[in-house]
Amino acid sequence: MSALKSNFRANSPTVDQVGVVERVNRFATRSIKNEAKLKGLKMVLNMIDLTTLEGMDTEGKVKQLCYKARHLHDAVDGIPCVAAVCVYPNFVGLAKASLAQSGINVASVATAFPSGNSSLDIKLTDVKMAVDQGADEIDMVISRGRLHRGDYQYVYDEIAAVKEACGSARLKTILETGELGTLDNVRLASDIAIAAGADFIKTSTGKIQPAATLPVTLVMLEAIRDHHVKTGQMIGMKPAGGISKAKLALHYLIMVKETLGVQWLNNKWFRFGASSLANDVLMQIVKQQSGAYQSPDYFSID
Amino acid sequence: MAKSNGASGEKNRLEVLKTYKIYIGGQFPRTESGRYYTPEVAGRPLGNICWSSRKDVRNAVVAARGAQAGWWTRTAYNRGQILYRIAEILEGRRDQFVTELQLQGLTKAAARKQVSQSVDRIIYYAGWCDKYQQVFSSVNPVSASYFNFSVLEPMGVVFVVASEESPLLGLVSLLAPIIAGGNTCIVLASESKPLSSITFGEVLATSDVPGGVVNILTGLRSELVEHFSRHLDINAIAIDSPSEPMLLSIQEFAAENVKRIRHYSVDWKNPDSENPYLIQDFCEVKTTWHPIEQISVSGSGY
Repeated sequence: MSALKSNFRANSPTVDQVGVVERVNRFATRSIKNEAKLKGLKMVLNMIDLTTLEGMDTEGKVKQLCYKARHLHDAVDGIPCVAAVCVYPNFVGLAKASLAQSGINVASVATAFPSGNSSLDIKLTDVKMAVDQGADEIDMVISRGRLHRGDYQYVYDEIAAVKEACGSARLKTILETGELGTLDNVRLASDIAIAAGADFIKTSTGKIQPAATLPVTLVMLEAIRDHHVKTGQMIGMKPAGGISKAKLALHYLIMVKETLGVQWLNNKWFRFGASSLANDVLMQIVKQQSGAYQSPDYFSID
Repeated sequence: MAKSNGASGEKNRLEVLKTYKIYIGGQFPRTESGRYYTPEVAGRPLGNICWSSRKDVRNAVVAARGAQAGWWTRTAYNRGQILYRIAEILEGRRDQFVTELQLQGLTKAAARKQVSQSVDRIIYYAGWCDKYQQVFSSVNPVSASYFNFSVLEPMGVVFVVASEESPLLGLVSLLAPIIAGGNTCIVLASESKPLSSITFGEVLATSDVPGGVVNILTGLRSELVEHFSRHLDINAIAIDSPSEPMLLSIQEFAAENVKRIRHYSVDWKNPDSENPYLIQDFCEVKTTWHPIEQISVSGSGY
């Protein structure tokens, strides 16, 4: 095992960037008929981690977001609720109380989000604080600086330590692909995170551009697929940041289905990290039902 | 490829036919539907013209909505400068417009007159941009300690069904007051004489008008009526000389979100057809009650 760990770079396959882009372009050409589209849109809603991660977040904002998570659009029947609400650690207790008995999880970012530049002790304390307040899921950031320095062992150990601190909470590992530079690095970071015990791998914090893109997500999905083929173990995927249109979200679902298969098409294994996606999806659902294109004027404020 | 050598080259040259595309968000895409129609004047086809679909309407509304806040928050003076610039560019391309109007069945003299009147009309409304507010706004006497004033604000996104018979002047006569008032618009061009409307789009694209402020579609009125009338993100509809049944169906569809409907049966060649009330037609009145103190013993307030 130690030989494998120390050879992360050698054990991680290189990525054919041109091939990835070509493949991704094809996902956008699938014809989705109305009935499938409606089901897909509802599935997208059910996979959303409704997120607010701003320095200006207040208790009122978090309460409002939790209310929105439970009542996406009461005017229409049969709208599912979102998968989780994602907040900073100091709002976990409040979010947990606001979402009691709703079945909606509370996810918390931790480990000195979004930069991840702090000591391991502080990061673990951050995680424990969120877990103690009842967070069901922890979204950690990896140490990108260490990864660029080639200190892969440090990145691995850190994820493993955070995983241990999570206890029963599921761990999502944010690679922040916008800072990784190449698809090879994305693949490498995915492999390290999966090997270290992450339950989910996640593209971005949403603070860096570019955030989630289809090519980056495909590379991560392929890492998950290869791991599944090798070990039979399933890992979740969460693209986050920059996905604000229903159409794009459907392209993601197509990609997941064609890369991993239908067993990933539920919110246990696939999530969208987004704040404004929910409203666009709702507008498309109402459009499908009423036949008229919708206006944001008649939906909740993001 | 035609052979060309020496003096006979011009004679043998294959003429390059222009493809008239639609104008959305500052770009010239083809219709999403891939369809086209071929209007004829006196048995001579004008060209292959985009036959726009429901989705083109939707895309244009997205572009118009995106541009609206930015257009309205420009200073009134700057909007006037930009309108003046449209007139300058139109003047510079007058020969092309005269030729196209002739192709569409006008005599040379009538075509030249229509171009001149169009240029003058834009300049007329350019002048009004920073003046209509003073004319139509008011300070209202109220019997309480409030400073009460009413100002005009744009309705938002306006869908314009342009004149069928006056392809340039009719279009300009509605478009100019609408954008002068801070609205953005989608124009459905003359169905049988669409050439000059698309060329006018080229004028707009090169005259400092931000992309999305004006969007121009070509296609069949009968097909698109339902789609633009029912679209909830359109705030008002301006229609030139509608037939009775068409107006009725627009009114019926538009009731869903209470769109403002303005219809005109005007001879745009008549100088009286240009007036600031056309700007007012696409504005709504915002009245503000601003609390004030009693500032003098004698009782005079503002």
